[in-house]
Amino acid sequence: MADRQQENGQLRLAPESFLAPELINDIQRHGVNESRRKLLRGAFTAAAAVSVAPHLRAGDDPDIVNIPEWSRTLGKPVAANPYGLPSPYESNIIRRQSPGLTQTDQASVAFTPLQNLFGMITPSGLHFERHHQGWVDIDPRRHRLMINGLVESPLVFTMEDLLRFPSVSRIHFLECGANTALEWGNVAVPTVQYSHGMLSASEFTGVPVSLLLERAGYDRQRARYLLAEGADGSSMTRTINLENALDDAIVAYGQNGEMLRPENGYPLRLVVPGVQGVSWVKWLRRLEVGDRPWAAKDEASHYVDLMPDGSHRQYTSIQEAKSVITAPSGGQKLLKQGYYCITGLAWSGRGSVSKVEVSVDGGRNWRVARLEGPVLPKALTRFNFDWTWGGEEALLQSRVTDTSGYTQPTRTQLVAIRGTRSIYHNNAIQTWRVGADGEVHNVQLG
Amino acid sequence: MRCTMFNWASTLLGVGIVCGAAAGALAAERSSGLGEIGRIATEAELKAWDIDVRPDFMGLPPGSGDVWQGEEIWLEKCAACHGDFGDSNEIFAPIVLGNITEQDIATGRVAALEDPAVARTTLMKVATLSTLWDYIYRAMPWNAPKTLSPDEVYALLAYILNLGYIVDDDLVLSDANIEEIQLRMPNRNGMTQEHGLWSVTGEPDVNGDSCDTACEVDVAVTSSLPGYALNAHGNLAEQVRDWSPYPGLWTSPEPMTGTQAAAADDTSPETLLSQSGCTACHQMAGQLVGPGFDAIRARYAGEENAAYLSQKIVNGGAGVWGAMPMPPMPGLNSDTLERIVVWLTTVSDQTGEES
Repeated sequence: MADRQQENGQLRLAPESFLAPELINDIQRHGVNESRRKLLRGAFTAAAAVSVAPHLRAGDDPDIVNIPEWSRTLGKPVAANPYGLPSPYESNIIRRQSPGLTQTDQASVAFTPLQNLFGMITPSGLHFERHHQGWVDIDPRRHRLMINGLVESPLVFTMEDLLRFPSVSRIHFLECGANTALEWGNVAVPTVQYSHGMLSASEFTGVPVSLLLERAGYDRQRARYLLAEGADGSSMTRTINLENALDDAIVAYGQNGEMLRPENGYPLRLVVPGVQGVSWVKWLRRLEVGDRPWAAKDEASHYVDLMPDGSHRQYTSIQEAKSVITAPSGGQKLLKQGYYCITGLAWSGRGSVSKVEVSVDGGRNWRVARLEGPVLPKALTRFNFDWTWGGEEALLQSRVTDTSGYTQPTRTQLVAIRGTRSIYHNNAIQTWRVGADGEVHNVQLG
Repeated sequence: MRCTMFNWASTLLGVGIVCGAAAGALAAERSSGLGEIGRIATEAELKAWDIDVRPDFMGLPPGSGDVWQGEEIWLEKCAACHGDFGDSNEIFAPIVLGNITEQDIATGRVAALEDPAVARTTLMKVATLSTLWDYIYRAMPWNAPKTLSPDEVYALLAYILNLGYIVDDDLVLSDANIEEIQLRMPNRNGMTQEHGLWSVTGEPDVNGDSCDTACEVDVAVTSSLPGYALNAHGNLAEQVRDWSPYPGLWTSPEPMTGTQAAAADDTSPETLLSQSGCTACHQMAGQLVGPGFDAIRARYAGEENAAYLSQKIVNGGAGVWGAMPMPPMPGLNSDTLERIVVWLTTVSDQTGEES
């Protein structure tokens, strides 16, 4: 029986899940008086079925016995939604802002609801948003990509041109360098949506950057860096290591089988696998080949990591291995004791996930979690872990080891080197505390 | 490129030649074909888009502007967001707050960056003047990017530097002296690229443990959200599926309502009856103003009663259950009406069997 009610700050199973058969029989014989009704309040369907449909025996599920209306009516026609939409029952599974995080909605963030998602792909409509000066609708017929700098001749491509190139499709994660930034000093947010939700993954389709650079005849002797620039108002720029650009970067137009969503850069964005999201320039209009980094605003004023000695690390780009349990996670509640499948995500900007371990006692003991395939480089990897909760307090953690041999650090280990003010690149092990009441809360240890 | 290598030992050389030739032909076909895609950019196109300025000032357009011109433009186009003196934090982080000393300008390291109590400003962080020129030219003003002329950008930058006491108010900033002025940037030596995060093969500065049994760790909880802050991100119960094995906590100060599913579910009888105003007079069981739904359902169970009930609800009536009239409900949406009637008439008629 899925129907539940919430009362007095608690979530409860619907009454028929609690009622003894004797009481149900009693109600059936003598009807529902005020005290009996109190027990049943809120469970409309069940109460009604029990009181006026006494053919229901104890244990009968009215959602089975009373054939539901969707089983007795003609369904809707094809193409009622020419572009398919999620069920109306999913209307609360949405991107959300963290109130007060930013003073404008154009330079802001909307977080992916990781606690509600499955598998290794983020639905395009739930991909997190991070814009620096708002998002724009670009007419693909009028969009151009320019390649200039240390090349034989500067080139211009239309979208039609780009779609003529041989394409590749790759599944990669996209994580903002500032993901989990709010948690450096102390616990600041209640759920995984806000603590880790600047993280998404898609299958991206497009043209390898290496192919475009070859087409332009880049200067192999002098070229060291690539500047990527957007076509929006901010025309955001980032310097990309040529090593990353030639290895696996893509000028992408496709996302999960369709064109990119406008909020994710329609019609063209740069994909730099393993590198922080700010380098995946959206609404991409230009690539410039150069021999020195550019020190653009978002690599000289922002996205620089402040160290305890007052220096800033510049061009911090790689997203190191990180994992998080997405369910059960902060702000949720275990309704009863027994079996739970702890599930989460792991990823690394330096390769593939080789191992995820889960601890239910705050890191004293670890056991290896199951990796659900496929396990791909620089992609999200789903892990699952069997756990039987006996009602005791628990401290849930996950830690990932990647193919480079790197293991995700604890917050204590990370802060010991980097302090608490660097904003970016917080990949510490996350702890969720499960109370004896089943409530799950975001906590930090030791 | 696929090559079948039967009898490879004796024909290794031959196979190699065949494959190499085929692969070469494909590559040639590809590169010659790809070479036709796209076209050469014109001078005007490059000038329009190639606007980046590097720290060595490659790409900087000629021009100049002074502090006083800059102040005038600032007050007109910039002050609304950044404050008259660039110190506002109302919309964006402050550009300047006066935390820069003569000593900082001399050493090229802003000492206040070591003090966690001091708020960071743009001028405390940015090592390169080119960064500010580039950014203002490409992205400012906030709501009208790329509308400033190069001279205006020089002037604005002169004003900003003067606000930070980095230059005097008689400065005329230009492409001729900007490189020299950059050498006064207070945090010009404050950046490091000596870290493992620039390259995929970089050396990590922190690494986790491999201990997996009886590890010595401090498991004392040192930080958690205070209860009053739990609702700062809205009611968490609304942010998780309420039918999942771990629904969201009810953190709203408002009294708890039915399930989220019920709230979103317009097919739930409880919601339909309540939203349609029926529960003003009817309750689930027992007479209120009108008869209880239990009694209505018992009397009208069966599809054959649907038409009668529908017209009764829409048109109202009196006398069936007592003297109190049922008001007509003509505004009821037909979909909702149908669902209510389906629910009212869908009760098994096996009353009494249990007792």
